[in-house]
Amino acid sequence: MNRLRGASELAGPVFLLALVAVLGSFASRSIQVEFRSALVSATIVIALYVFVGNSGVVSFGHVSFVAVGAFAAGLVSVPEALKLSASPELYPFIAGAEVGNAASLVIAAAVGGVYAFLVGVPLMRLSGLAAGIATFAVLEITHNVLRNWPKIGPGAKTLPLVPETSSLLQLGVGAIAVATIAFAYQRSRPGRLLRAAREDSAAAQGSGVNIHRQRLLAFTLSGALAGFGGGLLVHLLGSITTEQVYLDLTFITLAMLIIGGVSSLWGAVVGALLISGLNSLLAEAEKGIGAVDLPTGARLVTLGTLMALVLLFRPSGITGGRELTFGRVRAHVPRRFRPERAT
Amino acid sequence: MSALQTIVDAVALGSLFALVAMGIGLIFGVMRLVNFAQGELLTAGAYALLLTNDLPLAVSIVVMFATVIAFALATEVAVRPLRTASPAAMLVTTFAFSFLLQAVFLLVWGSQGDNVGILPELNQAVEIGGLRVRWVTLASIGVGALLLTGLALLLNRTTIGLEMRAAAHDFRTARLLGVRANRVIRFAFLLAGVLAAAATLMLVVQRPLVTPTFGFQLVIPALVGVVVGGLDRLTSATLGGFAIGFATAILGDVLPSGSRVFLPSVVFALVIVVLLVRPSGLFTRARTVVERV
Repeated sequence: MNRLRGASELAGPVFLLALVAVLGSFASRSIQVEFRSALVSATIVIALYVFVGNSGVVSFGHVSFVAVGAFAAGLVSVPEALKLSASPELYPFIAGAEVGNAASLVIAAAVGGVYAFLVGVPLMRLSGLAAGIATFAVLEITHNVLRNWPKIGPGAKTLPLVPETSSLLQLGVGAIAVATIAFAYQRSRPGRLLRAAREDSAAAQGSGVNIHRQRLLAFTLSGALAGFGGGLLVHLLGSITTEQVYLDLTFITLAMLIIGGVSSLWGAVVGALLISGLNSLLAEAEKGIGAVDLPTGARLVTLGTLMALVLLFRPSGITGGRELTFGRVRAHVPRRFRPERAT
Repeated sequence: MSALQTIVDAVALGSLFALVAMGIGLIFGVMRLVNFAQGELLTAGAYALLLTNDLPLAVSIVVMFATVIAFALATEVAVRPLRTASPAAMLVTTFAFSFLLQAVFLLVWGSQGDNVGILPELNQAVEIGGLRVRWVTLASIGVGALLLTGLALLLNRTTIGLEMRAAAHDFRTARLLGVRANRVIRFAFLLAGVLAAAATLMLVVQRPLVTPTFGFQLVIPALVGVVVGGLDRLTSATLGGFAIGFATAILGDVLPSGSRVFLPSVVFALVIVVLLVRPSGLFTRARTVVERV
């Protein structure tokens, strides 16, 4: 019974993601893009949630894994001649690689996961502010290297003509799969150990939880899912530059997660879809719909204001960091977003 | 000779970062808040200079100081609901402030950037014993040293300084002993505003192109420096800011020209290494820190 009720918590996120995919299929081609990009955002935010939500440690570095995933998936999807024209110095093994759509997504997830693991081994020893700054350093390093090392990617140039295979169906299935993995993880033993450590690290350690190992596991899983999200992103956009996977995306994904509610999967999904919707609406309003004509830039101002207000007055997010439950008993209720105190 | 030249430039960059770092350290000391939006104080100051470009220089500078201080005090009001939040939650909130202000600047002035031609004569070089040093370099070092000394005196010799140090050490006990919390916090923001305004002036002379990310670009390394140096004490935070500026300038000169584009990576990699070895800060007193993971 408890297990059944537990699984029902997954129903909300899955339903919402499926709804977006289905509604999108009725929309015209130009509007459908907005639905597809909302699903990609949701995937990336869920990936971010797997680490930040369960561990309580803020990461400014997750877009690094999105970036390597996006470039990996993009590079293996473009024909060799095209890659070499964008970046003649490319390593032969990258230039020569060309695989199908599904394989490129697997590669994106693998690259993201491996990168997160390598970064996580040293970094997961840190917490609080030091962890925040260190993950930010990872983002800066990733951006700097991707931008300036022409042997592993197009550098400062655009990687063009990536096949735009991210259909609504594929994105819907992808996002739901990622949500299911995130949910399975948070219900699993390692997930619960990490959540226990989030609530009280001293007590968790006293009970024999190896926090470093649990965080590293979550970070790696989270990195792999973020890489997968990057793969979906590059197949949605059809081209990619390093600037598209840098500070703005970091801000917007963090904003989505925090506005939704950082400590639940439901919060991550609601935040991502809500802000995506608002974002699209405001972008349209900037171009002018009917009587409404906002100046360019009003979109970012609105989002920034919203995020600041939520953080100030409802720090646990609009869902309160709770899963969507049916019935009276709540299975497990994390009270609020409370990252551990800095030492 | 060129080594000495590099060191002079490095000290100048270090002083600039130290000013910003000290502002961040002051605020952290009294309310455990890491202010990501410190950089937007500089940007606001730079835009104030831009708007008053046609007015006499003294007026322009006064307006700029007033603007930056007003922004600093407004930040204080905005973060009041956060006083009991955890440092990491506060970090994310001020990150949102920073982003919001950048969006506002972008909305008003656009991303192209505007030129503020203030005190261009400071960019001329003066020759001292074979070294060619720009006036602004000397000014940065001078202003930095002056403000840091002044602040040290203020903290050590005045009542409000004593109260601030007490609040930084143990806020709750200080309050119980009669330190007025609001006044101390407001004063810390005020001082941070003065430091940011001074840094704005020095920075605008060196980089006259003002964009919405003008201050953000400076605050990132300064903030990193503060955490690397150690937030526990004002001195270590300030030293951390100085160190990162100094190290950036030196590394920028030492690295072979082919790999100079990777300078940010080298600096940030160094930061990660330092954080791993000394998570509580490079310049904090050696003591046994019980890592609560």
